[in-house]
Amino acid sequence: MILTVAGTKKEYPPDLTVTKLLEAEKVEMPMYVTVSLNDEFLKREEFDDTLLKENDSVEFLYFMGGGF
Amino acid sequence: MSFSNEQMTRYSRHIILKEIGVKGQKRLMEGRVLIIGAGGLGSPAALYLAAAGVGVIGIADADEVDLSNLQRQIIHTTADIGRPKVQSAREKMEAINPDIKVNAYQTLAVADNILDLITDYDFVIDGSDNFPAKFLINDACVIARKPFSHAGIIRFQGQLMTYVPGKGPCYRCVFDNPPPPDAVPTCRQAGVIGAMGGVIGSLQAMEAVKYLAGAGELLTGFLLTYDALEMKFRKVKLPDKAGGCAVCGEHPAITKPFDYAPAVCNIEP
Ligand SMILES: [Zn+2]
Repeated sequence: MILTVAGTKKEYPPDLTVTKLLEAEKVEMPMYVTVSLNDEFLKREEFDDTLLKENDSVEFLYFMGGGF
Repeated sequence: MSFSNEQMTRYSRHIILKEIGVKGQKRLMEGRVLIIGAGGLGSPAALYLAAAGVGVIGIADADEVDLSNLQRQIIHTTADIGRPKVQSAREKMEAINPDIKVNAYQTLAVADNILDLITDYDFVIDGSDNFPAKFLINDACVIARKPFSHAGIIRFQGQLMTYVPGKGPCYRCVFDNPPPPDAVPTCRQAGVIGAMGGVIGSLQAMEAVKYLAGAGELLTGFLLTYDALEMKFRKVKLPDKAGGCAVCGEHPAITKPFDYAPAVCNIEP
């Protein structure tokens, strides 16, 4: 299954949930990452149950706090 | 407003640009920008906006200059250590450009004063260094319908987005609540490369200049991310605003600014 993750097209195994994708991509502290799927915000409660499909596009948006 | 010979010379490199011209420069000189935080992001933003001739620039910060600031907060010098940051910043800005007026607010932006702080300004730059302040600035700007530039920097990374009322998502649409204190590195122990403030703070100044002059496209509906180690910029498209957003959504639960508990930095500097 081909997905576009953070702008890069890559092959992924089938039956992948958003939670599993966060693991596969080694996203740190996934509970504080915002995910958009095909240009829609995804609620955190939906990560476990949302199955990704061919050609989906996923973005991870990270908290960045400093201004120092 | 007609330009003096000195102003024509001072701003000639702006005026010659077809996207700015005399008209755009006049708009900059009539413009009012508030910078919250005179630190890593606020320093370059303040210097460039002063140099650009933005008519009134407010700068808000409660802190004094510390030796550990000087690696990145380029508006302050070694001789300023111990002095209020806003006073130090104002002197440099006025030295660059005596044409402008600088309002220095030596205060923390909090729920009680934020609406008063932003009210007289056309555009706000969030150069704060913590999540409670970033959410406060977002909420206040959404409520008061003020455009603003949000940014964050850490280690070798930075990102920014621009909010304009009625156009695209706000910061809270993207991040619905601040992370718990200490969950995400925000404090001094994480470190940041000094030039990161220069890159991202200058981009915030660029957004303010474009907004005032009416030039080009703003970063509304996009998050621009920068990874210095990979030397990669990405302009990430953001979804349209979250319908259920607590502050800019259809039935906002947040109708006035409020303070989150300040993050505690539990690691020694
Ligand atoms: Zn919103």
